[in-house]
Formats: sequence, C-alpha cells, structure tokens
Amino acid sequence: MEKIKLSRRDFLISSAMAGGGLVIGFSLAGCDRNGTPAQQAADKTAAASQPAKLFTPNAWLTIASDGRISILVGSSEMGQGTLTGIAMLICDELDGDWSHVHAEHAPADPAFTNPLLGRQATGGSTAIRGFYDIVRKAGAVGRELLVQAAAQQWGVPVSECRTSKSLVIQDASGHTLGYGELAEAAAKLPVPENVFLKESADFVLIGAALPRLDIPDKVNGAAVFGMDVQLPNLLTASVVRCPVKQGKLIKFDASRALKLPGVKRVEAISGGVAVIAEHFWAAKKGRDALSIQWDTATNQDLDSAMIEDGFKAALDLGVMERNDGDIDKSLATAAKTLDAVYTVPYQAHACMEPMNATADVRADGCDVYAPTQGQTASQDTAMRITGLPREQVKVHTTFLGGGFGRRSEQDFISDAVECSKLMGQPVKVIWTREDDMMNDQYRPATYNRLQGGVDAKGNIQACEHRIAGPSILARFAPDSVKGGHDFTSTEGAKNLPYAIPGLRVTYAMVNTPVPVGFWRSVGSSQNAFITECFFDELVKLAGRDPLQARLKLLEKHPRHAGVLKLAADKAGWGKPLPAGHAHGIAVAEAFGSYAAQVAEVSIEKGAVRVHRITCAIDCGVVVNPDSVRAQMLSGIVYGLTATLKSAITIKNGKTRQSNFDDFPLLTLDECPAIDVHLVDSTEAPGGVGEPGVPPTAPAVANAVFALTGKPVRGLPIRLGA
Amino acid sequence: MLQLNVNDQTHDLAMESDTPLLWALRDGLKLTGTKFGCGIAVCGSCVVLVDGKPVRSCVTPVSAVVGKKITTIEGLSEHRSHPVQQAWIEEQVPQCGYCQSGQILTAVALLESRPDPTEADIDAAMSGVLCRCGTYPRIRSAIKKAAQLASGADKEV
Repeated sequence: MEKIKLSRRDFLISSAMAGGGLVIGFSLAGCDRNGTPAQQAADKTAAASQPAKLFTPNAWLTIASDGRISILVGSSEMGQGTLTGIAMLICDELDGDWSHVHAEHAPADPAFTNPLLGRQATGGSTAIRGFYDIVRKAGAVGRELLVQAAAQQWGVPVSECRTSKSLVIQDASGHTLGYGELAEAAAKLPVPENVFLKESADFVLIGAALPRLDIPDKVNGAAVFGMDVQLPNLLTASVVRCPVKQGKLIKFDASRALKLPGVKRVEAISGGVAVIAEHFWAAKKGRDALSIQWDTATNQDLDSAMIEDGFKAALDLGVMERNDGDIDKSLATAAKTLDAVYTVPYQAHACMEPMNATADVRADGCDVYAPTQGQTASQDTAMRITGLPREQVKVHTTFLGGGFGRRSEQDFISDAVECSKLMGQPVKVIWTREDDMMNDQYRPATYNRLQGGVDAKGNIQACEHRIAGPSILARFAPDSVKGGHDFTSTEGAKNLPYAIPGLRVTYAMVNTPVPVGFWRSVGSSQNAFITECFFDELVKLAGRDPLQARLKLLEKHPRHAGVLKLAADKAGWGKPLPAGHAHGIAVAEAFGSYAAQVAEVSIEKGAVRVHRITCAIDCGVVVNPDSVRAQMLSGIVYGLTATLKSAITIKNGKTRQSNFDDFPLLTLDECPAIDVHLVDSTEAPGGVGEPGVPPTAPAVANAVFALTGKPVRGLPIRLGA
Repeated sequence: MLQLNVNDQTHDLAMESDTPLLWALRDGLKLTGTKFGCGIAVCGSCVVLVDGKPVRSCVTPVSAVVGKKITTIEGLSEHRSHPVQQAWIEEQVPQCGYCQSGQILTAVALLESRPDPTEADIDAAMSGVLCRCGTYPRIRSAIKKAAQLASGADKEV
C-alpha cells in the first residue's frame, strides 16, 4: 500500500451529534475551517438535533447512523459524470457500500478548491485529475477511523480488522459492525497520523462501469437544473442586450411594457435592459414591448471578413511559441514544399439549457442558485455587486444543462444578482435562445498559414505554423497574459508530437470586439484540425500512408502511437471499404489524455456523410469506463456539429445566427455509429470531458481529403468551397 | 381562468390564453420537467404528449389544449416504470439530461405508433429532438430496448 502521511491540520473531523454520525472534511493547506460559514452551518446543523439534517457543508463525506453515505462534490455535474466519479473514488477508499451512497453538489467553499485550477471551478477536464488523491485520502481517513472504532469496541488490534461494503469485520471472532453503527464512536477519535491508499489491484469500484447516480432523476423530470429553481416570491427577468458588440445603452421607453399584466419593473442593469415580471412569459412580452436606443457606433461596421483581414495582417508579427531546428533551412532544402492557409470560424457553445441564474439578495446575505462551472467566481460576482462579505454569499450549484466552458462565465450570474438586488426579492433571470446564441463567448476564429517540406526520400523535414487570432485569457484572466502569449491559443499546435527536424509555431494575438471563451477542448479543438489535416497534406506530398507516417514520427510518444494503432486496428485501417467510402485518421493529446479516431466517410448527394467513427482513448487509470465511453460519444458528436454543420459569423457588428434554425446541431439521423476502445493503463488519470473532441474534425476532414483528393482547409466542411 | 388536464389531474390556470403551454406548465403548474430550449419549435426539449401525440409546447398556446389530455414527463409513470424510462436507465442514456424529457416523450409516442420500429422509423421520429451532449447512439439502442421491454420479449430471453 502507498502510505500517505497526513498532518493533523489537513483534516477536520466533527461529530454530527444529532444522528451520531461521522463527518470528514478535507481541508487544503492554508485554509482554516474554524469560523468559516460552512463550519458555522455545520455547528448549527449539529445543534439542531435533527437527524435528517446530518449533512454538513464543507465536508466531502458524511456517514449517518443509518449507514447512509453522503458525499459532497465540489465539481459541477454537466453530464460528464463527475458526481458519480468523485463519489466512486471516495467510496472505494472508504470501502463503503455503494448502494448507500448519495452524492450532491457542494457549496462554494475553499475546501473544494480544485488544485489544478486554484479555485472551485469545473473546466479543463480536471475534476478527476485534480481530486484523485485528495478525495481518496478523505475516504481512507473515514475507513481508518471506523476500523479504530470497531477495534476499540471489540478490544482487538486494528490489524485484525478488515473492511468491506460498509462493514468492519474481524474474521477470527466473526464480529461485524456496520459503518452506521460505528459512526458516532469514530467521530470522537483523533485524526490518524497515517492513512493507506489502495494499490490499484485492490480497487473495488474504481474501474467498474457503475450506473451514474444522477441518471434516475434525469428520466422523470426530477433533476433540478438552474432553470427549475423554485423559491417563495420568485420573480422572473428577461434581459435585452445590445445586439451590436460592445454597444452602449442610450435610453429606453418602458411605458408599453409596464402596462402589460405581470410586468413589475424595467431597469437598466450592466448587461442591458431587464424586464422583471411575475413569470417568464410576462417578462418576454414585456421585453418585446420595449423601445430601446443603443449607441452602436463603435462596431456597427464590423464583420467576419474584416476580422479575418485583421488576423491576416498580423500573421507575421507573432511571438515565438516553439522553434525546433532551423525551419528556414529545412524549408529551403526540402525537395517538395507546401504552403496552405487554414481558417476556423467562431463556434457557439449552444448548451441545451439557455443561460440562467437565480439570486436572492437580502440585507443579511445573498444566495445564488445557478448552473455554474465556477463557484468561486460566482461568489466573487455576488460579493462585488452586493458588497456582502464572502461568508454571507452562498452558491448553490444546480444540475447544468450542458456547460462546455460557457458556464465558466459570469454574465448570467451578474444579471440575476443585479435584478434581485433591485427588487429586494428573489429573481430568476432566463436568457432566450437568441440571447444565448448572440451573446456567447465564442470559440475563437483563427487564421493560420502553414508551410511544410519533405525531403527526396519522403521524410517530413519542416513544418511551420503561424496562428493569428484572439486570446481567451486576455479577456478572461488578463493578468495571466504576458508577452503576447496565451497557451489556450496554441495548445494542440505547440505540442505537436511528431519528430520533425524543423518545427516552428508562432502566435499573433489579435483581439477583436467579439468575445471569445473556453469551448470544449479550447485551443485543441481547432489546432488539432489544422495540424492533423496539414500533416495529411504533407503525407500525401511524401507519398506515404497517413497511419504509418504518423507512427514513424511518434517513436518518442508511445501513448500517441498506442491509441493510433488501437483505433486503426479496430477500424480495419488499410482494409477495403465499400465503394465511395474512405477512412481518415487523426490523433491528439489534450488535458492529459490521448485520443485517436478513424472516420469512415462518403459523399452522398453532395454532402459529407460520416458512417462510423472508431475512437481509442488512453486516459490513464479509468475510474468509470462507461462514463469514459459516454464522454467519447459526446465529444465526437459535439465535434461533428462544428465539423459538418455550423459556424458563427458576424455582420454589422452583430452575430448573424440566433437559434437552432441557423445554427443547426447534428441530428440523430446524421449521427454515425461510434465505437470506443479504452487503453488499459495505470498512468495517472487524464481528463475525459474534452479529449474526445479534437480528433473528430481532422479524422473526418482527412477522410474527405482521401476521397476527393482536395484538402479541407476550413470548417465546417463545404464541398466545392 | 383556464382549465387544463395534465397528467390525469384538472388544474386551474390563471394565465393569459396566449401563454405557451410550456410556460403554463413550468410557471403556472410548477411542472418543471418540461424544458425550454429554443422557443421556436426546433429543438424538441419542450415536447409533451397531447392526446398521446408529441407536441412542441413552446409554440402551443395554452388555449389550444383546453379539454385535451396532456402528459408531461412527471406523469409518464410512477417510479420510472415506463419501459422507455427503464430502457433509458439501462442504457445509461442521459448526460446533462436537459433534453431528455423531450427525447423520452417523443420515443414514447414513436413506440405507441410503431411498437417495433425500424432504424428509419427511429430516424424519422427522433431527428427533430436535439441533444448537444451526443446521446444519440444510446437513444437509438434504448428505443430498441424499450420496444423489447414493452413487448415482453425481454422476459422470454
């Protein structure tokens, strides 16, 4: 067993006296829980002597006297299975009975800071990666204390006790005690100096395809999304935003709106003009009756072509991101060279649940109920608007109807907090689909020039990638941007794994009035398309096979090579396909995981038809294989909309697309068969929410290239373009 | 005051007659299982059954369904016992879950009219209900599973 030394202050254990339960909270260094609001709430809860209120915020784990295991998860459940995955990690080390486990979202609290993000947030496919050790330790401490409690009760050494499915067992005597029976005694014991974590061979739950805990409530309407929050005296608001980027409100006339039944108030807030009403339909009719004058002068001529011209003009002014070998010499001495321009458009997140949040601002505190990927940031937003101290702002995370990075933003949170503050009562702000589509922080559009060369023997000897486009971090976290670098703009390009002697990547940051944000798999979502498709162009120039050419240059990257071989093998790479069909292949490393995909494609009635995608994923230790498979399906389908169907464009300073009629999503009849194969691995866990996306576009585009002989250099794929 | 028959119960509704059924259900009756996705009858998140047929509640004025039998996800079964719900759990279909009420009710209506649907039937019935998480492959297998469960074929195996 791996022995983990714990300092006493790492853990806090408190007895939830009411039901005689055990509560374990793992506290990160430097974060003293005494006196925190969560601790006060815990104390208050304990004092209330209500067994039903045994739950204690700011603790990962609670065991009630009836044996129920309650787990609080600091990451947001948006369909990726994090509630189940984190609970499995804790329960495995606890040796708890999985059928007794209940998991729910934790409040905003420093105890749930994701160490990979430095705040409580869900993004970058970091939940399992960030909490893998922390939460297993929390479970192991629980087990250790329960064992000690049993050993004391029986008067036997701890070493004679073992645990299984929420029971402590002493084989020699046949004694058994349930965790529920031991919880009260265990809560009074001092924190153990050491805990043991299991070797992977001893895992009971980790690696098992357990059903997700949240699914039953998602088949009968019981799951509460942000949109579904109910509170006494709740009002609903709809906010009209300026359709032109960065426009300013001049004035509005609300006289007609205010005459409509149910409309309570119309006010300017930072996001636009808010119509606050008794319910959504009244708010919607109210906004439709508004007359608003905007100052749109700054950007009213902005369009996508102008933006691309700006990228193009800056292309050669980029900062150096990677410079291997002598690219100029490699290009100059190449037997054959290639020069290509690749572009990708803005992409909307298009979560099925439009942006929304609910806030209840009072003199003594503020509660925010939100489908958020950023609990700490939501708390910060509410503190800024209300002036309340952190301990008086509570964030309640609901289920998220999709996130994909969009719900890391604060615009919908500030809407709700501002409206509730105005009204002095709870307000839910609901964005329409049009609000959501037209006021997104899009996946960046970029303009790329690539030059490459192969030698006389057909070896790829040069590849230069110049990227020009906007920076996400320059808006989202400006302090983190130094010297013109933004790693999110270059990920997927800068880390090109191929052993190419001359390799250069530059990045020219061109920020525009169109806000850009984290879109599922971020920079890798477009850079994997660009680099993997250009690679296939070079492979064709060299007269090589796309799979073999990759493997030859991946000798130092066995995990890339491993997933490529697995996907190619399972897809039958190189074997005959039906007439008119072709395969394309691509690989990408993203968020600590490696994914390769083979797409089988044909052209039907002038359009690309994807028949099958075979995916291989190496995400290190697999916590829940069914969740990993589901996330690969999910990433692929998400990627296919951007590959085949939709884009965001700008005209007259406005987003041209507004709903699913002009930003269509992939539909069920267009969805290919998808096979997912998992690499058996003991490497540290990687992410799974995002790594399925990057290989999809290039695998499909490379199949189209193989089929037509014409490279695909832009998305979505438009044949004949 | 309008009267609506929802999930075999009569409800009085104090909302204007042009209110879409979606918002009457969600805000008037607090039945929040029916979801708002697009407001223009394109995405299908708001599908409910009206006299057994799938209807886009976001564009259906409440006045048009007075006197009709409305079934929402909450009324589909007690304890998730409908074969489609059972199959959805067995196949682990939902991810974020937001579109799933519309998916499930659309599938229920499909199986009512086609108890043993072909791939083409599934394509035709389900392609108007959007899912951004990509649960389509599992929806397809769950519909086949539900057809088996409903026919009792599953028990014979």
